[in-house]
Amino acid sequence: MNLDSLYQEIILDHYRTPHHAGLREPFESEVHHVNPTCGDEVTLRVHVADAIVEDVSYDAEGCSISQASTSVLTDLLIGKKVDDALAIHEAFVKLMMGRGQVEADEDVLEDGIAFAGVAKFPARVKCALLGWMAWKDATARAVAEAEV
Amino acid sequence: MTAPVTSTLPGLLDTERIRADFPILTRRLDGDRPLVYLDSANTSQKPRQVIDAMADHYAQHNANVARAVHQLGAESTAAFEAARDSVAAFIGAPSRDEVIFTKNSSEALNLVANTLAWAKGDLEVGAGDEVVITEMEHHSNIVPWQLLAQRKDARLRWFGLTDEGRLDLANIGELINERTKVVSLVWVSNMLGTLNPVAEIARRAHEVGALVVVDASQAVPQMPVDVASLGADLVAFTGHKMVGPTGIGVLWGRADVLDALPPFLGGGEMIETVTMAASTYAAAPHKFEAGTPPIVQAVGLGAAVDYLSGVGMDKVAAHERAITTYALEQLREVKGLTILGPTDAVDRGGAISFELDGMHPHDVSQVLDSLGIAVRAGHHCAKPAHARFGVQSSTRASFYLYTTPAEVDTLIDGIGQTKRFFKVM
Repeated sequence: MNLDSLYQEIILDHYRTPHHAGLREPFESEVHHVNPTCGDEVTLRVHVADAIVEDVSYDAEGCSISQASTSVLTDLLIGKKVDDALAIHEAFVKLMMGRGQVEADEDVLEDGIAFAGVAKFPARVKCALLGWMAWKDATARAVAEAEV
Repeated sequence: MTAPVTSTLPGLLDTERIRADFPILTRRLDGDRPLVYLDSANTSQKPRQVIDAMADHYAQHNANVARAVHQLGAESTAAFEAARDSVAAFIGAPSRDEVIFTKNSSEALNLVANTLAWAKGDLEVGAGDEVVITEMEHHSNIVPWQLLAQRKDARLRWFGLTDEGRLDLANIGELINERTKVVSLVWVSNMLGTLNPVAEIARRAHEVGALVVVDASQAVPQMPVDVASLGADLVAFTGHKMVGPTGIGVLWGRADVLDALPPFLGGGEMIETVTMAASTYAAAPHKFEAGTPPIVQAVGLGAAVDYLSGVGMDKVAAHERAITTYALEQLREVKGLTILGPTDAVDRGGAISFELDGMHPHDVSQVLDSLGIAVRAGHHCAKPAHARFGVQSSTRASFYLYTTPAEVDTLIDGIGQTKRFFKVM
């Protein structure tokens, strides 16, 4: 396996200097997700207002892949309409589950295309998805709360 | 590389001869890399003798055990029960009937925790009773006791750990008291490598009438074991970590304890007679072996035990000690590397967990994998022990009778390459 296809420079950059890290206020929901096989953890908050993802903040402990992927998520989703953010989420999950057979759309995923190589390492797909699954969960809760 | 120096380590086995028995060790990985297998505490590799014994049983003797009158049934039963004899002799069991085949160590420990919940009389764990474990247990020796404590309103307590990764026995007199019904502890830690003073703890436990359960999953593969003199009442271990197959574990128990415990799973094989109203049960070991057992796996375990006995467990232990000593020496020299657990090879098994500054264990093991080096990364099913040392996960290298000093050198070199890859110098 080619290590460089897994550890793209973009991933290592995000790992060393994660974007939007730390837990912030205000937020409508907070979730804690764990990858039970390896113990990686993320606490993630979302602030949604007028169907816009106003903020995603997080405190995470984990490998470079899980850390970088959460950092890229915040770059991609903060400021987007919730519906558009969900579409980006779907594209990222599809890329990760594609076993390396799915073409990544750079217009949609931007830095996220760096994770295309991760899809070829089945043991690491869960790492890349940790923050993304936490965001979807938190957003669903925030939206459900807003509708009550 | 300084391989010629290391080949003279005292206690080393003739690894060239041993390795010839393990087909997988000649395997080439992607990119034509040789395999450097340093994950034997996770599962060991299997020698040709075990693989052949299992294939031969399937090809020549396959039949269900203890119920078929035909020739194959008799052969299969004989092979299955011969494996029990081999295991009993291997661990010094006073009687072959004290050896119960289970699926693995987890099932063996769950068998004990559950039957203690269901027991009546002296062995029963009830409200207000205490169960003592340790902070270095594998999850399989934590969760069954948590379940027992929750179900029976008992109290779960545990020994803490010292900074060196040893059991903190300072409060043993208070921790193990007249309310203590069970003390269950690991003999050799799968994460820290620590070898625990089972006899000393068992002595205290028996003073207060508590039952002593030992998780010997990492001990039985590595050193000579004599359950009769260990001081434990029940001992669990698993086949796949001792050059045997997966799907077979062992619970050894003192005859009087096994006799007093109620059955675990109900079904075929474990009965004496059954009416629609009620059943009576077979004696141990069959009382605890409901259903068709892992027959071929038992045959494989028998072959594994024969293989290890052929090498000599004292020699296996000496080899393990030699490799572990050498690896600890080398790892101690690596800048930015912290060993979790005892840093010298005294009272210590052959699993070494470590942290590397600035790098997550997953990333370390991924880079090592690209070099053909198989280690384990994560919490090794010992999250509380990791939490005790303030870490979420670690990288673990573990050794066995086929591990060479040159493989340790490759690991050290690989760690250096990992640091360069992540630009952590």
